[in-house]
Amino acid sequence: MFAFIVRRIAQAIIVMLIISFIGFAIKQSFGDPVREITGVSVSAAEREKIRDELGLNDPFMVQFGRFMQGAVKGDIGRSFFYKKSALDVILSKAPATLELVMCSALIIVIFSVPLGIYSAIRPKALFSRFVMGGSIVGVSIPVFLTAILMIYVFSVELHWLPSYGRGETVNLGGWRTGFLTLDGWEHLIMPSIALSSIMLPLFIRLIRSEMMEVLENDYIKYAWAKGLMPKRVWIVHAFKNTLLPVITVGGVQLGTMIAFTILTETVFQWQGMGFMFIEAVERGDAPLMVAYLMVVGLIFVVVNTVVDVIYGLVNPQVRITGQK
Amino acid sequence: MKTRSRWQRFKESYFLHDFLHDKVALTSFCILAVLLFMGFAAPLVAPFNPYDAHNIDIMNAEIPPSWLPGGDTTFLLGTDAQGRDLFSTMLYGMRVSLIIGIGAVCLQAFLGIMVGLVAGFMGKRVESILMRVADVQLSFSTYMVAIFISAIFQAMFGVAKYEEIAVPLLILVIGFAEWPQYARTVRASVLAEKKKEYVEAAKVIGLSQKRIMWRHVLPNTLSPVFVISTIQVANAIMSEAALSFVGLGMPVTQPSLGSLINVGFEYIFSGSWWITMFPGIVLVLLILVINLLGDWLRDFLNPKLYKG
Repeated sequence: MFAFIVRRIAQAIIVMLIISFIGFAIKQSFGDPVREITGVSVSAAEREKIRDELGLNDPFMVQFGRFMQGAVKGDIGRSFFYKKSALDVILSKAPATLELVMCSALIIVIFSVPLGIYSAIRPKALFSRFVMGGSIVGVSIPVFLTAILMIYVFSVELHWLPSYGRGETVNLGGWRTGFLTLDGWEHLIMPSIALSSIMLPLFIRLIRSEMMEVLENDYIKYAWAKGLMPKRVWIVHAFKNTLLPVITVGGVQLGTMIAFTILTETVFQWQGMGFMFIEAVERGDAPLMVAYLMVVGLIFVVVNTVVDVIYGLVNPQVRITGQK
Repeated sequence: MKTRSRWQRFKESYFLHDFLHDKVALTSFCILAVLLFMGFAAPLVAPFNPYDAHNIDIMNAEIPPSWLPGGDTTFLLGTDAQGRDLFSTMLYGMRVSLIIGIGAVCLQAFLGIMVGLVAGFMGKRVESILMRVADVQLSFSTYMVAIFISAIFQAMFGVAKYEEIAVPLLILVIGFAEWPQYARTVRASVLAEKKKEYVEAAKVIGLSQKRIMWRHVLPNTLSPVFVISTIQVANAIMSEAALSFVGLGMPVTQPSLGSLINVGFEYIFSGSWWITMFPGIVLVLLILVINLLGDWLRDFLNPKLYKG
């Protein structure tokens, strides 16, 4: 087990190194830091001197080493647009994204578990068919279209809900939260529903198919034969064993979720990391783009590693096959 | 036995029988056929050419669909913000979306099959490296990779140049973002096929490794590839729409369905819902019928879609 964890962490570090390398290469090819510092009225010779002082004439790998040293300490460059540390910009936007993702995840769990279980144990029922039909339609609607549709119906036509922004936020020690005001909650409703709309059908289908597979097992038949209550068989015996694949997929889907926050936040002008990234792309703010790449990369790598390790802990087969 | 032609055999096959008796699959196929025809024959079907500046009059901007008050019968579904006939623009847009979707799937299938075959056959080091790369890329989610690559491309080329070569670039970006799916599927079925007796037999009669790989194993791995290809086309079209929506895809002058939705979104607050909604409906319909067909195909062929 220990070897498995070590190997997984080593792999995570290699991936992180590759991501940093790509990020650094992007940063090198855009923008000239000297021009940022000096402005126009500086001679070429002086520019060259500043370049030397900043170490910009060093070999590529030396500069990369310096970049990595900074990155470990949390310095991943300065945003051209905001004129401050890129990491600070991202950290100030992170709470908005996290709150959105948390709410969506909650919606997904609350709806997918009962619906998935129900359509697995009553696959022929009318309601199950309706759920399954609805889920394939749901998968086919792009998240931004759901968002636009909701804005049109609830904001433009009915004037029930606000269409953009986060509303009133409260500053809790640097974490600007929308959870504490009614206005914040109102602003949160549509974005979180839109964001969950793409993953919900996926999870319903996943839980359903895993559950149906588990229900075929001998130990379930044995549980029925023992005369256990249906509820107990379904929840305690069957559902517990469908959770394992669901959790793994859930971890992997986090990446998709973050990608979709970019789309959702763009539609609702939600002041989070995704909207910031698209703005950075539009403004050609390369350092901020690279910083986003690295922060999001780190989140992915950490989550995937943790999920893998947990999976390895729970399911010994993974460890053993990985060792050969 | 040679008397029956291929067509006759096809007509009597279970494949066709099952297809004709599945209402959902049949309807989806018909809708898809109509959409494909309308898309690819857009220059013949569409009443206007949206790329031709002569047809565009800014005075015609934002005319509602013909059945609403203020509508004009020349513009069946109304006009967009630049005064283009929405119906024609949509058909041309669908063509762009389809070309990118199908092109991207061809590219990713090519890349993925190559990698999968090589990994499955070489084994050992090569296999573990290639599959690790695929796993890592997959864990980043295809959307994320596509958004990043296109953002980098846009910063590299500049917006004007990017828009000029948007179609091949998007094919490249989406194709590159989604190849691991194929690589994993192909590798898994290569591994399963390799153990079978016919491969053994081919080895015994002295065929070269290359010939076994291409002529014997590859054809037998194509059934799962076929199944994921349908779903992947839908995914690729969706990715393209998403990229266009955030402004990293097709420009307004040469719109795809995604960029039409993006443009229309700005006008939704002034009540011009049709610029967004009609392209949206077409996009959803297109993806939905492809997904439904893919589902049917998967149930019918029922290959082991190895979880890997």
